[in-house]
Amino acid sequence: MQVFTYILLGFLVVCAVSVSLSKNLLNSILIYMSYSLIMSVIWILLESPDLAITEAAVGAGITSLLFFLTLKKIHAMVKTDEEGEEKDE
Amino acid sequence: MSRKIPEEQYKKTRSYRLKQWLEGSKDPYLDQIEMKPQKDFKENKAQKEQRKAEKDRLFARIYDVEHNAEMRIFRKIYRIFSVLFCIFLVLMLLSAVSYLPTIGHAENPANNEVAARYIENGLQETGAVNIVTGMILDYRAFDTLGESHVLFIATCTVLILLRIDGKKGKNAVDVPMENDRTHEPKNDVILQTVAKILVPPIVIFGIYVILGGHLGPGGGFSGGAIIGAGLILYLNAFGFEKTERFFRASTYKKLSFTALACYSLSKCYSFYTGANHIESVIPLGTPGAILSSGLILVLNICVGVVVAGTMYTFYVMFRKGGY
Repeated sequence: MQVFTYILLGFLVVCAVSVSLSKNLLNSILIYMSYSLIMSVIWILLESPDLAITEAAVGAGITSLLFFLTLKKIHAMVKTDEEGEEKDE
Repeated sequence: MSRKIPEEQYKKTRSYRLKQWLEGSKDPYLDQIEMKPQKDFKENKAQKEQRKAEKDRLFARIYDVEHNAEMRIFRKIYRIFSVLFCIFLVLMLLSAVSYLPTIGHAENPANNEVAARYIENGLQETGAVNIVTGMILDYRAFDTLGESHVLFIATCTVLILLRIDGKKGKNAVDVPMENDRTHEPKNDVILQTVAKILVPPIVIFGIYVILGGHLGPGGGFSGGAIIGAGLILYLNAFGFEKTERFFRASTYKKLSFTALACYSLSKCYSFYTGANHIESVIPLGTPGAILSSGLILVLNICVGVVVAGTMYTFYVMFRKGGY
């Protein structure tokens, strides 16, 4: 279990660094989402499921949705063919 | 129109002037002003060329690094200073961290009698099996009320910033087809099928998380966020026409006002008196039952309603700017 926690923490650091280093805005949002997901798993390991649920719903769900929308509004998302809306829970 | 006083006399009254001022037809200082709609931005070819040339000249003169020595020096200094500033900031923060008490040390200020009291008497005093919810919505209900109001204020701000007044009738603006504000939905079969299957479980799970907040992990905030996400998925799949049948701006206003008022009213007495050992009228019930722990269930529902509405309104405002 200890090893698993360390792996997760390592992922967390990698995600946090690569969010700011990624050139593509869409990529950085996706990485940010995975950051939130890893964080919610870590919350469960720290025995606080309340925070885990909130982190998964707000951090990975709603916040990144709003980011996607903003990117679309400012036309920063590169259009490839006829891709529709990004969505996720 | 029947008036008790004649037209001339009526025009001199204060109420008439106030009405005019409110409608914007007459300014009390500038007198009669005419409202004109703003003209569309148009320019002919020569003007366009000139604007472009000016812009190019500007860029050529100021941002020409090879010939502009000032710019070159500035850039170098800027880079050096940015690195120095970052190092300074990092060192400052690290030194601040080194002064923090060690984690888990017995003498830390966080290890006081409050936490022990929560753990020992929490179940007895609040009746909530989930001690976190007992803390959030009973001992510290005032904080949570503040949080709900913060969400409400955030929605108001988003409404002020992003709201677009939809003009209907002859002044309606033509929106191009690729603008997804109005031309909804795209009728994606995969998305619609997935939404049909997924939305009910998501919403039910959200309701479960809200209602079970005092029994297990969960609560108003997380459950509300889940319901909001479900509504957003439904909106994405089926478009605004379907969602506006049951969720409009007026619905949101009523819901959030009711929830916030319910929260404030049910807790106002204990807020006012400082919450010092007031015997609640509502029995706490058996811990573990769904109808237990006094007001916590009601407060959870209130917070959930506010959060779900807020999330959905954020999305709609970002997406369309009005509903």
